[in-house]
Amino acid sequence: MLQPAEIFARLQTLLGDAVSGFTTEGTKDPYCKVVPEKWHEVALVLRDDAELKLDFLQCVTAVDWPKQSQLQMIYHLYSYPHHHSFVVKADLPRDTPVIASVADVWAAADWNEREQYDLLGVGFTQHPDLRRVMLPDDWVGYPLRKDYKEAATYREMPTSRPSPLQLLVVYDKAPPEKRNAPPPEEEVADE
Amino acid sequence: MSELIFAYESSGEEMTLNMGPQHPSTHGVIRFIIKTDGEIMHEAIPDVGYLHRSIEGISEKCTYEGFMPYTDRVDYVCAMTANHAWAAAVEKLADLKVPERGEYLRVISDELNRISSHCIALGAMAMDIGATTPFMYILREREYLNDLLEQLCGARLTYNYHRIGGVGWDMPAGWRDKCLKWIDHFEPIIDEYDRLICRNELFIKRLANLAVVTGPEAISFGLVGPNLRASGIDFDVRRDLPYSVYPKLKFGVPVGHGAMGAVGDCWDRYWVRIEEWKESVRILRQALDQIEATDKEFWTRPKKLKPKGDAYARVEAARGDMGCYVVGDGGTNAYRGRFRTGSFNAMKVIQVKSRGLMVADLVALIASLDIVAPEIDR
Repeated sequence: MLQPAEIFARLQTLLGDAVSGFTTEGTKDPYCKVVPEKWHEVALVLRDDAELKLDFLQCVTAVDWPKQSQLQMIYHLYSYPHHHSFVVKADLPRDTPVIASVADVWAAADWNEREQYDLLGVGFTQHPDLRRVMLPDDWVGYPLRKDYKEAATYREMPTSRPSPLQLLVVYDKAPPEKRNAPPPEEEVADE
Repeated sequence: MSELIFAYESSGEEMTLNMGPQHPSTHGVIRFIIKTDGEIMHEAIPDVGYLHRSIEGISEKCTYEGFMPYTDRVDYVCAMTANHAWAAAVEKLADLKVPERGEYLRVISDELNRISSHCIALGAMAMDIGATTPFMYILREREYLNDLLEQLCGARLTYNYHRIGGVGWDMPAGWRDKCLKWIDHFEPIIDEYDRLICRNELFIKRLANLAVVTGPEAISFGLVGPNLRASGIDFDVRRDLPYSVYPKLKFGVPVGHGAMGAVGDCWDRYWVRIEEWKESVRILRQALDQIEATDKEFWTRPKKLKPKGDAYARVEAARGDMGCYVVGDGGTNAYRGRFRTGSFNAMKVIQVKSRGLMVADLVALIASLDIVAPEIDR
């Protein structure tokens, strides 16, 4: 079992500049930053190195930081043989967030990356099947981005409705003879 | 596995079959697009998202405490552990301590909910492959269990019981004795249930050697909890990454050993859950015994909850290792919340393992992985 600082030291000796910025401050789970272009190479080392053996990709998260103009990828890893865990983060530019897919390293990454693509619009190169997973394929926008505004309609269906409470007020204020008025009859065209 | 599969020759024609979203044995609204040639599937492609409510998005719009009722909806069959995951993550982020009695009440409610969730898992699995009786038997027990949980927190499914810093209410008067009485009643039922179906020859033939997930595969796919242990990996968050008061309790971790076929087949996944019942009962007895000696305080409500930073907490839910990741930016709401759930990761396994299975066996595979639709979609 290695401490996060030891894991980072091990990574630095193996990979040099690909990893940097090990931090324990401002977080409960110490993490290091990885250069996005080298993420796939780093992932293979994380999984295969005999001392690290981080064979379980627990969680893939993307976080939108519009002020810093960044999208941050966060990978939570755990090792079943050694019982230690580690966190890797990668900063991507917000307008073109693209990083290598690790679906061939950890099979669990496949669907998790699809989810982050769907909800935050992160692109994954070399992904076997990058489709939306939660939302319909023709949905516009990425809902978990901080500046996301939902379109008023989707396929001519309204995406919002008036609050039932507002409707109630209108109903109560209506004069009694207009309450429960039958809907106006539509003219049926003769065939 | 059926001998028919070995005798199978492809006719060269492929039919696309739609299964779901309202199919009764998909355990909620999931759709499978099945590419099949007769009875043998070439692939079953899961199509999820019918229950997507963007719970992660809602977490950014509520206060930390106000989000708790929504976590019930992450997994409505085992809502207590989803409560626990959110509470644990926020407490880790904000460095909060939970009174000992609160921790015991959490463990008791978690384990009761785990038993009730496994009731659904095992009963529904037996029903899906054609044995209707066990489902009726076990739902009767679950009703009593729901009564107990209702007395504890006022709800039968969506509990909203855990709080940031403790639990919402103490046990009502006399509840502990009722709980112990129910455990005395339930313990023989486990064996009865075991005898009822587990060793049934038809049942074994149907499930043994079906959809075998080996240990390394299970790790790579990110299977967790009972599904992982059925594949022979000896890991339990409660034991290996202890949280709450689990270090003070003694319990075993059942691991699949291929009693009826290969390690990691559907029968192992079934059997592991039966054994987990026994362990949960053991935990409950100890926790209900030890809670007597604790102080009255069960909730230290945080005064100002504006944490900064990020934290990832793991708890053992009924469907395995549930992770919750919270990012705080110093405001009253979370900046980002994320739930890592067992069912979502199991969907990829279904797609891979369905190749070469029969359509009827797909139902057994889905049921054996204990998929719950809201947990996939969140």
